[in-house]
Amino acid sequence: MTSLLFRGLDRYATLFLAILLGIAVLVPALNLFLPASHPLHIPNYAVQLFGKYLTYALLALSVDLVWGYCGILSLGHGAFFALGGYAMGMYLMRQIGARGVYGNPDLPDFMVFLNWQELPWYWFGFDMFPFAMLMVFLAPGVLAFIFGWFAFRSRVTGVYLSIITQAMTYALLLAFFRNDMGFGGNNGLTDFKDILGFDIQADTTRAGLFFASAVALAVCFVICRAVTRSKLGKVLVAVRDAESRARFIGYRVEHYKLFVWVLSAMMAGLAGALYVPQVGIINPGEFAPANSIELVIWVAVGGRGTLVGPIIGAVIVNFAKTWFTGSLPELWLFALGAMFVGVTLFLPKGIVGTLAHGWTALKQRQQSAQAERGGGNPPDKPPHSPAAQSNLSSLTPDHRSGGSKTVPQPAE
Amino acid sequence: MKVLIRALVAVFLIWCLSFNTAQAADTIPDLVNALSVKGFKNTEATIGKLTETGDPAVATVLNTLSEGNLYFRKSDNQVFRAEKSGKNFKLFDPLSGNFTEELPRSAVKKIRVNNKLRRIIRAALGGLTLQSSDPTVRKRAVESVFKQADPASIKALDSAIAAETDQDIKKLMVEARAAAVLRSDLLEPEKIQAIKTLADRGDQEARGLIMSARSDSASTVKDAADEAVAQIDRSLALWGAGQNIWYGLSLGSVLLLAAIGLAITFGVMGVINMAHGEMVMIGAYTTFVVQELIRTSAPALFDYSLAIALPVAFLVAGMIGIAIERGIIRFLYGRPLETLLATWGLSLILQQTVRSIFGPTNREVGNPGWMSGAFDLGQMTITNNRLWIIVFSLLVFALLILVLKKTPFGLYMRAVTQNRKMASNMGIRTPWVDALTFGLGSGIAGIAGVALSQIDNVSPNLGQSYIIDSFMVVVFGGVGNLWGTLVGAMTLGVVNKFLEPYAGAVLGKILVLVFIILFIQKRPRGLFALKGRAVEA
Repeated sequence: MTSLLFRGLDRYATLFLAILLGIAVLVPALNLFLPASHPLHIPNYAVQLFGKYLTYALLALSVDLVWGYCGILSLGHGAFFALGGYAMGMYLMRQIGARGVYGNPDLPDFMVFLNWQELPWYWFGFDMFPFAMLMVFLAPGVLAFIFGWFAFRSRVTGVYLSIITQAMTYALLLAFFRNDMGFGGNNGLTDFKDILGFDIQADTTRAGLFFASAVALAVCFVICRAVTRSKLGKVLVAVRDAESRARFIGYRVEHYKLFVWVLSAMMAGLAGALYVPQVGIINPGEFAPANSIELVIWVAVGGRGTLVGPIIGAVIVNFAKTWFTGSLPELWLFALGAMFVGVTLFLPKGIVGTLAHGWTALKQRQQSAQAERGGGNPPDKPPHSPAAQSNLSSLTPDHRSGGSKTVPQPAE
Repeated sequence: MKVLIRALVAVFLIWCLSFNTAQAADTIPDLVNALSVKGFKNTEATIGKLTETGDPAVATVLNTLSEGNLYFRKSDNQVFRAEKSGKNFKLFDPLSGNFTEELPRSAVKKIRVNNKLRRIIRAALGGLTLQSSDPTVRKRAVESVFKQADPASIKALDSAIAAETDQDIKKLMVEARAAAVLRSDLLEPEKIQAIKTLADRGDQEARGLIMSARSDSASTVKDAADEAVAQIDRSLALWGAGQNIWYGLSLGSVLLLAAIGLAITFGVMGVINMAHGEMVMIGAYTTFVVQELIRTSAPALFDYSLAIALPVAFLVAGMIGIAIERGIIRFLYGRPLETLLATWGLSLILQQTVRSIFGPTNREVGNPGWMSGAFDLGQMTITNNRLWIIVFSLLVFALLILVLKKTPFGLYMRAVTQNRKMASNMGIRTPWVDALTFGLGSGIAGIAGVALSQIDNVSPNLGQSYIIDSFMVVVFGGVGNLWGTLVGAMTLGVVNKFLEPYAGAVLGKILVLVFIILFIQKRPRGLFALKGRAVEA
């Protein structure tokens, strides 16, 4: 039964990858090679907008990896995203060179403005793209490692973990607002000129960045699939559903959690690094706890515990956000709030999760109908046996806290 | 021999006394009339003599003089206070103030004063009002004398100290005298004594006086001065620490107010209410509405507006809380992470609702008279609104403890917390208790909003700025324990304020957050964790 479902999903996964790569090629092509008057031409702003959505989707995927598969609800993933963004921003800042307002070849504008005499040590090396790319992964990775090392070893779980991840991103928000930090303070890093020698404003560069975002999303999708389908992925799901039991069986729960946590942080960092050149600015606002909570809803809407879900959720919610803030700005927060409430109450598995569940139920019905028609040739497992049930529930994370137990539990 | 000396001293004293009284009796009017002599030098000398009499009546004359209303009659050089009345001047006796006569302008002449004289008069007045019958006037006078630290005022101070009955003012006078002694050319023992007196006063001003006296004096005085400065520095450091603790407690009480409702919903029920901050905001806006209503319909009640707003805010926030519990949260029990998300969404909706109704800008909430103002305690300044908020937060805390421990509702609540099934079997309607508990937590948040409206901007974002801090307090203090919340709030407040001078406000806050993150690693269940052997999942 499980393998059937996975085979089925596998087919969808291939399909999904094909669509994603198709978009990766098609959108830039339609933007670059068709004249502006052509009906299929995709305007520049749309390429930029959809490119941004793709990085959001990657971010949502990274959250889903820890939340959907390991039960760690991070309310601080925006911090990893922003750190990756800052690493990329520092590279782009160094590429400006002497073209800044003050024309200083060594120092970024804001440092000249603040009367800094020389580049702080942590800015060295960021003029080299490979080093900056390394930092895109290392900065969030190391933070996640240190944070996770302490948190998971001390068995900080559930709500407590969520709250301290929130404290983490809040502390970073406050820290990056300070001018003394050397990251541009309130204004952040902006006014970028070029990336790898290409003009950052050029259509071709934008198309290239779009392509890069789509490919990065596809690669990370494959990585996530590999992780979740491996034995390691099974252990992660076990940790999500019953952490103590997994520990008692003999798994080093904290190691599994730490691995997936750091991996997820690095993916978020990559998303941030792709996001910054496309929007042209990175500032401390990205660390705001509200952002991190908002991105959790992308995952919830799409369906956590599925890999396609968060990607679809991120695109849908952000598309809605763009539309609302454009035409009905007053109503956006109502809509977002309603989404939070509605999804948690009525659609706990998200769009994709609900569809997949419905699909499975349909298949089951068909199968049992077939079996009845076939007479004396029963299937290996009766469809409503406890085994089938438990397989189902392992795929739908919402029954993990003891099925239908809907009574308050003291936080202890 | 002894007898002889005593006799001599007695005679001397009597002679002095008689001389003094004789002089005072005869010469004050004469001296006043002597002001008519031309030339600033002469006037200055006369003022000096007048001041030396130490008679409070002189003060009015000098006041009139510095205001430029003192004239003399050309015919006999008699001095009067003059008031213009048409073309003529009305003359009053300068000492008694009785009306004497009305003369044309040509018959009188003004006694001229310049700025130097005005300054002298001001100093002299300080000395003179030292013996006024009104204690507040005396106090003000001695304070100004202290600031001037003029050696000339020593004599006036001596007589004032002898006459003073109020111990506090006497102490101030002694200090003022010491300040004057330091500036004078008196001998070393006097100066050392003065330095000691000032060292006991122990504030910045005393320190400045001693430092300036130290620079040009003999070595013994220097040593005494150094010691005194060290003593003052120590006491100033202590007072500084006291002030920091006060600020910390005041911040802690704000945190306590914001967190205490959360301690109930989160601690007792295990519900992560991210909309808690919005309940605080609703409380603040309720205060605003109540004040607006009072302003338009019954302005006389304005001083009671907060007292009226308290129950209203409790009811409004509590009702909204119950509605939230019945409408949303009860379907999400046992799924804390989903509760978190749903209530976060709810907080967005509430914020936007308030923004749509009241607008995005700050709203003005007035302070009643008894909340404004400040007073000094030693070297600390205590503002009334902070004081009231500390008192109020402790009152709310005590009330809540009382409700939990002494009322049937509190009993049900604790029973349901400890063993839901058993409580249910005993006939407690657990869903009702859940709803009321959530309503209580929300209502307390509404009350907190009333208090916070007095010290913070009332805007739709009011709640968001408190929600993270509140969670930190509850988690740090230990979930399910109100005392833990109290200790947690006060500790975080004080630590925050002590870090601020060294690290700056922002870095201090960052350090506190990092500290809490590390603390949770060490004690994942907070400072005062409930003891138990439960293993989750």
